[in-house]
Amino acid sequence: MISQLFFGYFAAVIIILSLLVVTRKNPVHSVMWMLLMFFHIAGMYLFLNAEFIAAIQVIVYAGAILVLFLFVVLLLNLREELQTNRFIGSWPAGLVIAASLLLSMIAALRSFVPGPSGPYTIALIEKETHTRVLGQVLYTEYLFPFEIASLILLVAIIGAIVLAKKKVRS
Amino acid sequence: MQPVMPDLGPVFPETVLTVLALVLLLADLVIKRKETIGLLSIISVTAVAYLLAGSLGTTFGGMFISDGYSIFFKLIFILNVILTVLISVKYIQIEKIDYGEYYSLILFATLGMMLMASAGDLIILYLGLELMALSTYVLAGFMRRDVKSNEAAMKYFLLGAFASAFLLYGTSLIYGLTGTTDLKAISSYIAGHGLAGNPVLMLSLIMFAVAFSFKIAAAPFHMWAPDVYEGAPTSITAFMSVGPKAAGFAVLGRVFLTAFGSVRTEWVLILIPVAILTMGVGNIVALSQTNIKRMLAYSSIAHAGYALLGIISGTADGLSSVMLYMFAYAFMNMGAFAVIIMLRSEGFRGDNINDYEGLAKTHPVPAVLMTIFMFSLTGIPTTVGFMGKFYVFMSAVEAGYMWVVIIAVIFSAISAYFYLRIIMYMWMREPKEAVELTTSPAIGLALLITATAVIGFGILPSSILTFARLAITGF
Repeated sequence: MISQLFFGYFAAVIIILSLLVVTRKNPVHSVMWMLLMFFHIAGMYLFLNAEFIAAIQVIVYAGAILVLFLFVVLLLNLREELQTNRFIGSWPAGLVIAASLLLSMIAALRSFVPGPSGPYTIALIEKETHTRVLGQVLYTEYLFPFEIASLILLVAIIGAIVLAKKKVRS
Repeated sequence: MQPVMPDLGPVFPETVLTVLALVLLLADLVIKRKETIGLLSIISVTAVAYLLAGSLGTTFGGMFISDGYSIFFKLIFILNVILTVLISVKYIQIEKIDYGEYYSLILFATLGMMLMASAGDLIILYLGLELMALSTYVLAGFMRRDVKSNEAAMKYFLLGAFASAFLLYGTSLIYGLTGTTDLKAISSYIAGHGLAGNPVLMLSLIMFAVAFSFKIAAAPFHMWAPDVYEGAPTSITAFMSVGPKAAGFAVLGRVFLTAFGSVRTEWVLILIPVAILTMGVGNIVALSQTNIKRMLAYSSIAHAGYALLGIISGTADGLSSVMLYMFAYAFMNMGAFAVIIMLRSEGFRGDNINDYEGLAKTHPVPAVLMTIFMFSLTGIPTTVGFMGKFYVFMSAVEAGYMWVVIIAVIFSAISAYFYLRIIMYMWMREPKEAVELTTSPAIGLALLITATAVIGFGILPSSILTFARLAITGF
């Protein structure tokens, strides 16, 4: 019961905060709501017995990425930004589609049957410690995806440099 | 726990491609002539193609599958790189975007496609897709002083991220249902636990169909294609009209026929309307286009619709016909884009359909080649485009989807109007202004390869079809 209450709280607050993030006119406000949302997501991870990921969530997202967002927002012309509408004219159509998708999801998820659970039970994780288990899985079973992820980050760096820094020849 | 060293043989071509792409990235520092890097990238992918044959096998616990199916698609991707580089060399000088990173990014995108084609696990599939997509977003926005190129990159990025979210949602639902992300394990779990018909499975199927439809630019998830194709550098438009589409079909075939093979009746119900809508939207909207890149964008949407028929038929013949179709499409589309790129010169965009008026009088050879490619895209016999369509339609008829094929043939007839219009402009109109062509040996070679292949495989398609059929034995 108490765990369901916790989950309900985090889930509801994350949804409300996400709505606040996309509806605020002032980008600084959006970013601040997003900060709060990241903390709630971290709370959700804690609730799922994933302390390490919760810590990473706070350090990387709430710490590093959000600061970068704020820097970018500082470069915007806020006065101009406040004048423009948040949404394009056809947003009611989008809302209808999203709402019907939500309804069909709710209808479908009623017949959800969970699959078999993996070898990593809470007892095992408590015994082995979370970080250790995660590291072991990441560097053995999921070594290949891990390497591809590093290439994706490399491409992101190259892309950022190419698009932002290259001098344009005239 | 002693970690077991995975067998690196099957991923050897991908490893070599990664290393070579990184070397090219560094070589950019010392090599001042960027054509050299282009040449090196062609040599790199040729080396990878050579290694492909010895890479058969499964590794990383079934996450990576190198089989005939994936090798066939990988050859299409490599062909795509070679032709793209050949048509790029001169063009990117004109657009002043001849940076070494251009070629590295093309190689990284290709690496992503190769991983997608070989993915035996939904996680590899997703990461390969992101690697491909991220490189392509950057390439689409490579002309960063051009507002249209910026728009193309931005649109492609935002909508691509949206489509990725669908893919991940579908993956998470499947993981929740079956407790695995391995395609074969998903298939046996669905069959073994009677999950067929479960609404959550259907929801997940829909999510996958949405994500893959986005990648192959099938309606109603095609909205990005015309703007992105128009705004991106033309060489990149050519690259992404072939590569990501073929990669999309590779994963579509593998996921839907392997993991969801037991619920085929369900996903056919999703894919048939998508295919019909795609053919309809692609062919009908293409009629009113005035920009040739936009027209070819709608044409590429329509071709995705035809090729979907092969997946829908769900048989080995269907799958091999899709492979043949993608192979054929690579040649004819690349050829058409090679001619389009020749019209681009300093101070002249040359992407308007009117620019082709009277081309046959001023430049007969490119006009003849463009005629061949347009005939092939229409699907007129003795071209490879006809063979592609023929086998796809045949497989659908044999699988009992006669009515869908009839619709496809009708739309195919409509498509003749906008393809033949280009031919009519070239041959039957008087040239308005002298169009300067930008020629180079590289683009000549690209045209020679594509035109020979379009005619050669059009007359003798059996070799490639046999290869495709051989490739999927044991799929």
